[in-house]
Amino acid sequence: MTPALPRRVAPSTPRVRSVLPGVRLTLGFTLAYLLFLVIIPLSTLFVRTARLGWGGFLEAATTPRAIAAYRLSVGASVTAALVNGVFGLLVAWVLTRYRFTGKSIADALVDLPFALPTAVAGVALTTLYSQNGLIGALFAPHGIKIAFTPLGITVALTFIGLPFVVRSVQPVLETLPKEIEEVAATLGADRWQTFRRVILPALAPALVAGVSLSFARAIGEYGSVVFISGNMPGRTEIAPLLIMSKLEQYDYSGATAIAVVMLLLSAVILISAGLLQRRAAKRAV
Amino acid sequence: MSTTIAPPAARHGIPPGPRAKRHTVTTATGESATARWILIGTALAYLFLFLGLPLFVVFEEALKKGVGAYFTALRDPELLHALRLTLLVAGIAVPLNVMFGLAAAWAITKGRVRGHALLVALADLPLAVSPVIAGLTFMLLFGMQGWFGPWLKAHDIQIAFTVTAVVLATIFVTLPFVARELIPLMEEQGVTEEEAAVTLGASGWQIFRRVTLPNIRWGLLYGVVLCNARAMGEFGAVSVVSGRIRGQTTTLPLHIEILYNEYDFTAAFAASSLLAMLAVVTLAAKHLLERSHHAARARLIQEQQERQS
Repeated sequence: MTPALPRRVAPSTPRVRSVLPGVRLTLGFTLAYLLFLVIIPLSTLFVRTARLGWGGFLEAATTPRAIAAYRLSVGASVTAALVNGVFGLLVAWVLTRYRFTGKSIADALVDLPFALPTAVAGVALTTLYSQNGLIGALFAPHGIKIAFTPLGITVALTFIGLPFVVRSVQPVLETLPKEIEEVAATLGADRWQTFRRVILPALAPALVAGVSLSFARAIGEYGSVVFISGNMPGRTEIAPLLIMSKLEQYDYSGATAIAVVMLLLSAVILISAGLLQRRAAKRAV
Repeated sequence: MSTTIAPPAARHGIPPGPRAKRHTVTTATGESATARWILIGTALAYLFLFLGLPLFVVFEEALKKGVGAYFTALRDPELLHALRLTLLVAGIAVPLNVMFGLAAAWAITKGRVRGHALLVALADLPLAVSPVIAGLTFMLLFGMQGWFGPWLKAHDIQIAFTVTAVVLATIFVTLPFVARELIPLMEEQGVTEEEAAVTLGASGWQIFRRVTLPNIRWGLLYGVVLCNARAMGEFGAVSVVSGRIRGQTTTLPLHIEILYNEYDFTAAFAASSLLAMLAVVTLAAKHLLERSHHAARARLIQEQQERQS
């Protein structure tokens, strides 16, 4: 962790080592900053888990309440990510391929979930989707309750995840060479076939990346969900909420055990998405 | 909308012959008018119902009981305290993360240090961690049962449930935003200009101020805008470490939660409207900066291509 890390030595290139000043200083600052603000805080989770021991960890991490929370979190996040995969692709397509009035407003609006604080999104969505809210009132007569049910949780998670898919797919769609579509057309493919067989495979890696980012965001989301979920243990309590309620009872070990399970879960998802992405990229070439 | 395609002859300014009259066709690489109309309609309906409506409802609810009630709610001392705290926290967290972003980008891209992939991954890590878990880690450090808990208590220092903890948690969750904009940008720009400045005898600070900064200013500003929006809006992490002590550690998002849970909807949405306005300003700034940012980037790529050829 000393600032005097050896700089890259590559004798074959003329740029052997940096002649620029301040590298040691900035590197030292960067390492210290990361050490104190990222590495040490995150390592506490694993130290705490180690102190629990394997038995203690399993006991804390696999209570029926915790299992119900994982199931709900994963289920709602997967559903939300898939919905975003479909609509994110549609929005990205429309924004890159067509001209229409209000396009730049629509384009800016895509980033709203990034810019709107989650607590504000949470209270706004709850108001909209509760039984006498603007949207909730449309569904209530049909016996469909959205707010305070798993459906409401999925709605909130879909809201916050949309930009990830759009912003992953959009740049790829923009740079997709028009020629491949022309070739497909001259070979007699109709538009749908061209989309399915030519465009979609080329977009697949970006789409997978966007969907998995959307999932990763959803699985850890708290602010926009806490209001709409109703927080009933075992029924509408997602994992981040369970961590929160453990913390409120000063049960730090229980909170840590669940947090570690969540981190491992999202690591597994992100890694497998990475592998899937690579496979899709290979197939697209 | 189908495209009106003029036959090749007309495009070259040759007057159309008898058979070459202008006709409307659906191009082979475009969709039919109906398909386009349906796709655009669906996408816009989805965007405005799903994203636009929540934004609208914030202002609608805030103004439901009239403008008078709205401004009365905004003048509440607790709300003003929460607003000041939010500004203070962002005012500390954002500059620190700007310093970090600049230092990390300089070391990684200009210094070409070994293991830079690991540094980039570490700097991105807070984005992959749930805000609640981020808050938890700081409680495991500074809470009563935390690593430093007993030591802090012995020295009569309180960090958990104070503004300090709120600032630390905010720094953690907003740490990646500036760095992840600057690192790819400065990577693309390379080191030739800075090296030229060195040979001309410029000092480190001069190089940064006169050479690097003008090249990265739009990207930097873009990162600052995103970092600030997140810093002012952070909820989960701050919720954990603040202890939600009303009028002391409650930032604006936390104050919204308190008001909402007390069924004081006018006040909750009045407070929300402030953050919603911040979001709108952020979106506008982001949109404008993206243009400058992209223009600058395109210019850079063009310059590099010219230099190579």
